[in-house]
Amino acid sequence: MSTIAVARGVSWRMLHNVFTNPSLLIPGLAFPLFFFVAFAGGLSRLQHVPGFDFPGGYTAFQFVFVLLQSAAFGGVFTGFGIARDFETGFARRLLLAAPQRSGIVLGYAAAALVRWALTAIVVTTVALIAGMEVGGSGIDLVGLYTLAVFVNLAGLLWASGVAMRLRTMQAGPVMQMPVFLVLFFAPVYVPLSLLEGWIHAAATVNPLTRVLEAGRSLLAGSPAEVAAAFAIGLALVALFSLWALRGLRSAEAAG
Amino acid sequence: MSHAFADQVFLLARRSVVRTLRQPANVVFPLAFPLLLLAVNAGGLDAATRLDGFPTDSFVAFALAIPFIQGALFATMNTGTDLARDIQTGFLNRLALTPMRGVALLAGQLGGVVTMALIQAAVYLAVGLAVGVEPATGLPGVLVIFAFAVLIAFGFGALGAFAALRTGSGEAVQSLFPVFFVFLFISSMNMPRNLIDVDWFRYAATVNPVSYLIEAVRSLIITGWDSQALALGFAIAATIAAVAVALAGLALRTRLTRA
Repeated sequence: MSTIAVARGVSWRMLHNVFTNPSLLIPGLAFPLFFFVAFAGGLSRLQHVPGFDFPGGYTAFQFVFVLLQSAAFGGVFTGFGIARDFETGFARRLLLAAPQRSGIVLGYAAAALVRWALTAIVVTTVALIAGMEVGGSGIDLVGLYTLAVFVNLAGLLWASGVAMRLRTMQAGPVMQMPVFLVLFFAPVYVPLSLLEGWIHAAATVNPLTRVLEAGRSLLAGSPAEVAAAFAIGLALVALFSLWALRGLRSAEAAG
Repeated sequence: MSHAFADQVFLLARRSVVRTLRQPANVVFPLAFPLLLLAVNAGGLDAATRLDGFPTDSFVAFALAIPFIQGALFATMNTGTDLARDIQTGFLNRLALTPMRGVALLAGQLGGVVTMALIQAAVYLAVGLAVGVEPATGLPGVLVIFAFAVLIAFGFGALGAFAALRTGSGEAVQSLFPVFFVFLFISSMNMPRNLIDVDWFRYAATVNPVSYLIEAVRSLIITGWDSQALALGFAIAATIAAVAVALAGLALRTRLTRA
């Protein structure tokens, strides 16, 4: 049985679980929409702050954050499923049955990607209905969604590494909280240039800031720092791939 | 209040507090998460203070009211989940065999919530003072904030108790959390209502009672003695508490039916 066959089996099972269980499916869809509504609706006055220079309007400004947030949490929510598989004993049987165990991580990653794709479609549709201005070309938009895919994969690989090391649902906050912090220590509400004090310092060194600002520039049709953002996205995926694979080894060693 | 009744309330309140303190997640999360959100929002939204008409030049002062409401939401969850666990484990049924009065159970549970609310309020205020927030109403205002925190924790705690007694399920109580979260975010939490540009959002925030709970605390911190904000806040909090206690009392009567 090849790696791909293992991955296909694992991802099909995970997707079947998610798409046939509303309690797993709905939070992943509802939370990004809720944040989009709360931020784009409640805070749109911020575009009138002196120095707010994003050309696409506040809806577009917030859309990119919510898209990346949904991508990251799409990965984390799939990590919850991995932890649940370990708690129920399914993952241990899976480790015994799968000859190519790296296919397990690949399968979970594929499931996270498909799961997030549905969220991305819904969030994008709602944003367009809400009047989001899209200044970018088709290629710019492909760039934006590719960045989001990197974030989704990084989120999943981080969460799966945690899930495979701790192997309990109680690891949920450990998966979730660092992702939450990295997301919110980026320029969420206003551009980086308008942040001051410690949050400016944190946002400046936060790798996700480059990804977020590049994503916004792509949506506005004035790409900036895109190469740096792609390099960061790829580096995050590479780093967390190692983290996840070492987590898999840890799970194997635990028996 | 008879001596026996007071004993029952005290013992159940102590049990509620001890049980909460023995679960670090139930103590740390309600304290840490609102403060974390305060730090993130205060940093990220500080630029909002440059908007014309923004009521203060410190977003921390503006946002300090929010942890009090979030703390009350956590009180709802904790009370409801604990009470649901008592139902699921049969503890409530065993209590029903004793001479304990049903209302003592409710009062004891809510006594525990109020104790936790006082601890939370002290921590939130201490953090606010430590980062330079000076309540416009001074010490008397701080005392009013404590009283308000107790009232909203009591009201939301009673809501949690009602949900637990009605459903008997911890999961059902937990599922209320997103609903409360929506109420919190679709409010004047991050922006004064008169500065919300999007019409439907402003209307939603205006009819949302949580806006007035936040604005009551906020007025004491940044405005001074604003009788309208305080009257609205206390009236809404008292109404929530009265309705929730009445509903919880009815649900308890059904739940404690002695064969």
